[in-house]
Amino acid sequence: MARSVNFDFSSHHMEVALESPVDEEVVHDSFSQLIEEQSQSVGLEMEDLSDEGRDHLAYLPAPAQGGRESDPLIEERWSSATLRVLSCSRGAIISQYYNRTLQLRRRKQTRPAIRDFSRSAPSIRGYGMESDDVSEEESKRERLVNNLQNLSLSDRVHMLRAMPLSVAEKNELRKRAYNFKEGQPRSSGQIPCCSRLKYYVIIALRQSWYSCLSSLHSLKLWQVALKRVGGRFGTGVLSYFLFLKTLLLFNVFLLLVNLLFLVIPQAVAPPEPQGPAVPFTGLELLTGGGSFTDTLMFYGHYSNQTITSGCRPAHNATGLSGQTDCGPHLSYNTPLAYFFTIGVSFFITCIILVYSMSKSFGKSFHINKSQGYLAVKLKEMLSEVSRREQRLARLGWAQRLARLAVHALAWLMCLGGTVGSALAVFYCSEYLHQDLEKRALSPDHKPLEREASSLALPVVVSSINLLLPGLFNAAGWMEEYESPSVRTYVAIFRNLLLKMSVLARLGLQCWESFVGQELYRFLLMDLIFTVLDTLFGEFLWKLFSQKALKRNRKPVFDIARNVLELIYGQTLAWLGVLFSPLLPAVQIVKLLLLFYMKKGSVMLNCQAPRRPWRASQMSTVFITLLCFPSFLGAAVSLTYTMWTIRPSQACGPFRGLSTMFQSAKQSVQELERANPRLAWLSWVHAYLLENPLFLFIAAGVFLMFTYFHTQVVDGQRKVISLLQEQIENEGEDKKFLITRLQTIHEQRRSFSPKQRTHTANEESSF
Amino acid sequence: MGNKQTIFTDEQLDAYQDCTFFTRKEILRIHGRYHELAPHLVPMDYTNEPDVTLPLALIVNMPELKENPFKNRIVESFSEDGLGNQSFNDFVDMFSVLSEMAPRELKAIYAFKIYDFNTDNYICKEDLEKTLNKLTKEELSAEEVNLVCEKSIVEADLDGDNKLSFADFENMIARAPDFLSTFHIRI
Repeated sequence: MARSVNFDFSSHHMEVALESPVDEEVVHDSFSQLIEEQSQSVGLEMEDLSDEGRDHLAYLPAPAQGGRESDPLIEERWSSATLRVLSCSRGAIISQYYNRTLQLRRRKQTRPAIRDFSRSAPSIRGYGMESDDVSEEESKRERLVNNLQNLSLSDRVHMLRAMPLSVAEKNELRKRAYNFKEGQPRSSGQIPCCSRLKYYVIIALRQSWYSCLSSLHSLKLWQVALKRVGGRFGTGVLSYFLFLKTLLLFNVFLLLVNLLFLVIPQAVAPPEPQGPAVPFTGLELLTGGGSFTDTLMFYGHYSNQTITSGCRPAHNATGLSGQTDCGPHLSYNTPLAYFFTIGVSFFITCIILVYSMSKSFGKSFHINKSQGYLAVKLKEMLSEVSRREQRLARLGWAQRLARLAVHALAWLMCLGGTVGSALAVFYCSEYLHQDLEKRALSPDHKPLEREASSLALPVVVSSINLLLPGLFNAAGWMEEYESPSVRTYVAIFRNLLLKMSVLARLGLQCWESFVGQELYRFLLMDLIFTVLDTLFGEFLWKLFSQKALKRNRKPVFDIARNVLELIYGQTLAWLGVLFSPLLPAVQIVKLLLLFYMKKGSVMLNCQAPRRPWRASQMSTVFITLLCFPSFLGAAVSLTYTMWTIRPSQACGPFRGLSTMFQSAKQSVQELERANPRLAWLSWVHAYLLENPLFLFIAAGVFLMFTYFHTQVVDGQRKVISLLQEQIENEGEDKKFLITRLQTIHEQRRSFSPKQRTHTANEESSF
Repeated sequence: MGNKQTIFTDEQLDAYQDCTFFTRKEILRIHGRYHELAPHLVPMDYTNEPDVTLPLALIVNMPELKENPFKNRIVESFSEDGLGNQSFNDFVDMFSVLSEMAPRELKAIYAFKIYDFNTDNYICKEDLEKTLNKLTKEELSAEEVNLVCEKSIVEADLDGDNKLSFADFENMIARAPDFLSTFHIRI
C-alpha cells in the first residue's frame, strides 16, 4: 500500500534523513557493523544451543527497581535472534547505539570516562551487566575506533561530533583513531591560508545572516502585543487581532499604490481650482465635505488631462497625448492611470485574498505552532475533546422539538429586525434627500446646517449597526448551541445579512465625489461608534456588573461582532477607493486606533472566554468572509460602475466619456493608431475583455483550480491518517512476532538435550 | 592564529574543535564564560587539564539558562556525576549539543535524557506529568494534566508498554517540525 502512494510524506522522511551530518550509508554500515559484531560475540549459531555457556544474553539496562513484569517484551533477557530482529529498524538502531553507549556507563547518570574503568568493579549498581569486564569494554572501544578510522577525515569529524558521549571520552577515541592512521592530528598551522580565509568569510557571512534574521524578527508589527493577548485570552480573541493586522496590511498596500500612481502625479501638477475657495472649518473632518471636496482626497479633484512635464498642461479636454509644444517630455495619462491603478490593485488584492484563503485552509489541518502560552492551547483542546465525548448523549423527541421551536423563534426575530432596519434606512434616506432639496431651495443658506444634516444618514446606519447585534446576541442566549464555534458562525451570518441589506441602500442616490464623501462619513461614523461602544459597552458594563450586579466575572469579548465590524469597515473602504483614492489612509488610521483601543479594552475589561475553543479554523472563516461577500461585493459594484454608469460631466478624470472604461478603450485605439504593430492589442481588447464568455470561462477555470486544490489537501489528510494507522498496526505485529520468537526460544531451552539436538537438526533447514 | 593565547594548547583546541560544534574562537569565549561564573575556582590556564567542577547552583544562574524551566535537568544530564557538577568539558558539551549546529538525532538523544526525570531510560507517565507541569507553570488542573499525559502516551507509544522508549520518543520528535529550533540555546 505504501508503494502505490506517492506524495510528500516520503519527501518529509527524506528530509529527516538528510539532516544527518554524514552520508546515511556510511553511518548505517558502521552501525550495522557494530550490531553484527555484538551479535557475533554473543553467539548466534542456533545449532549450537547445546553449549549454553556461550549464549551470552545481551542485557539492556534495566530499571533499578524490583518488580519486573514477566511480560517477555519487558524482560531484559533478549535472545540473540530477537536482538537481530530488533536491530533491523532504524529507530532500534539508534536506541541500540544509545543503549550500547549506556553500557559504557557505570551508574544511571554517569557519563562515561575511560579512567573510571579501573574502579569499575565496586561501583556497578544493579544493572546486571554480565558482559561487563574491562576487557570487553576495551574491545568495544577498539571497534568504535576501528569504525572511526575507516571513515574519511571530514566524516570522522562528523561522526565524532554526533556521538552522544562526553567530550573527554570523544577525545580519547579521537586520539586513538588519529594515532593509528596518521602521525599526529593536524594542527591549525598546517591549514593553508586560503582555506582559512574561506573559513573566516563563511563564519562572517553566517553571523551576519543570523543577526539579519533576528533583526527581521523584531521588526514584525505588534509581535509582543499579539503574544500577550493570545497568551491571556486564547486563540479566539487572538484571531480577531491577527485579522485586524491583515486588513491593515491590505490597506497599506492599496494606499501605497494609490499614492505612487495617482496622488503624487496629481499633486505635482495641480489642476486649476473649480469654484471659489471654501474656508476650512472643523466640521470637514467629520463630513468630508466643504473644503475637502476639491482636494486630492476625492475623485472630483483629479483632472482628465494628460500631465506633461516641463510644459503648460494642455487645456484641451480630450486627453490626447499628442499635443505638446515642447521637446521630449514625460506624459502621464491621468484617466488611464486612474482606471488601471484601481483595476490592477483590486486584481492583486483578489489574488492575495484567494492565496491566503487557500493557505489558511491548509493550515487548519496541521498542528499549529504554538502562538501563546501552552496552557491555554491545551485547555482549548481538552475542552473540545471533553465536549465531543459529552455530546454522545441522545436527546428525546420532545426536547428536540422544543429546541427547534426556540431556534425558529430566534431566527424570526433576527430576520424581522434586519428587514425592519433596512426599510427604516430606506425611508430615512428618502426623507433626508427630500429635506436636503427643500433646504437648498429655501432662501436662508446655512451651509453649516446643511453639512451637519448630511451626517444624519450615517448616524442612523451606524446606530442600527450597533443596536441590532445586541438583539441578535439576546436571541443567541435563548438558544443552545453545541459549541461556541457554531454559535459564533450563526451570529456572524445574522450580522452579515443586516449589514448587506443596509449597504445595498447606498447605491441609489449620490454620485462620485458625493459618494466618496458619503463613504468617508460612513467610515468615520463607524469609528466613532466603535469607540463609544468600547467605552460604554465594555468599560462601563464591567463597572456596572461588578458594582451593581456584584458579579465576579468581567464581560467576555464578543469576537463575532467585532470581526463583522472590521469586515464592514473594510467593505466601505473598498467601495470607496474608486471615488476617494486616499480613503485607505483613513482606514489605516482607523485600524491603528482600533487596535490599541481594543487591546487596552480587552486587557482591562474582559476575561478569557469560559469555554475556550480552538480558533484555527475561525481565521479561515474570517478570511473567507472577507473575500466572498465583502471583497467580491465591492469588486462587482466597482466593475458595474466602471462599465456602465455614466461619469458626471463636471468633475473627475473621466468627464466627457460615456463610461470610465472608455478611457482604456480610447488609449488602446490611440496606441493602435500610433503603432500599427500593436493592432493585436485592440483585437485582444475587443474579443476578450469585452466578451463576457471569456470572463465566465476564466472564472470557471479559477473555481476549478480552487476545488482541485482543496480536494488534494483533503486527500493528503486522509492518506496521513491511513499511514498512522499502518504504523500502529506494524507496531502490534512486531510485538506479536517478538513474543512468539521469545516463547519459541524459551520452549526450546526447556527441552532435554536429546530433544534439543533433534529439533536443532530439524530446524537447520529453517 | 595570530594572537598567542595560553589557555589551551593547540592540540587541545583542535581536539575541542573536532569533538564539538564550536570553532576555536567560540571555545575560548565559552571558557571565558565558564571562568566568570567562578573566577576564583576556574584557572585561566587549562593546559594541564585541571580537575575543576562548578556546582549546579552556579551554572543555572547563567542568563541563558535562568528562565528555562528545565535548567536543572539540563545541567544534570550533562554532568559526569549526574548531580549537576560540571567540568569545563561538560560545560562545552552542553552548549555544543544545544547549539544550532547539532543534528537532530543527537538533540533527540539528549532531549530524551532531560525529560527522563527518574532516569530509567523510559519516559513514563510521571515524567510526562512533571514535564508538563514545568512547561505550563502549574496552570493546568490535575485532571487536565492527567488527561494530556494519557492521551500523549496512547498516541506515541508504539510498542504498548505504557511508557515511551527512546524509539517512541524519536518517532514523535520526527513529527514535530520545530523541535530543532526550540531545542536550542545560543551562547
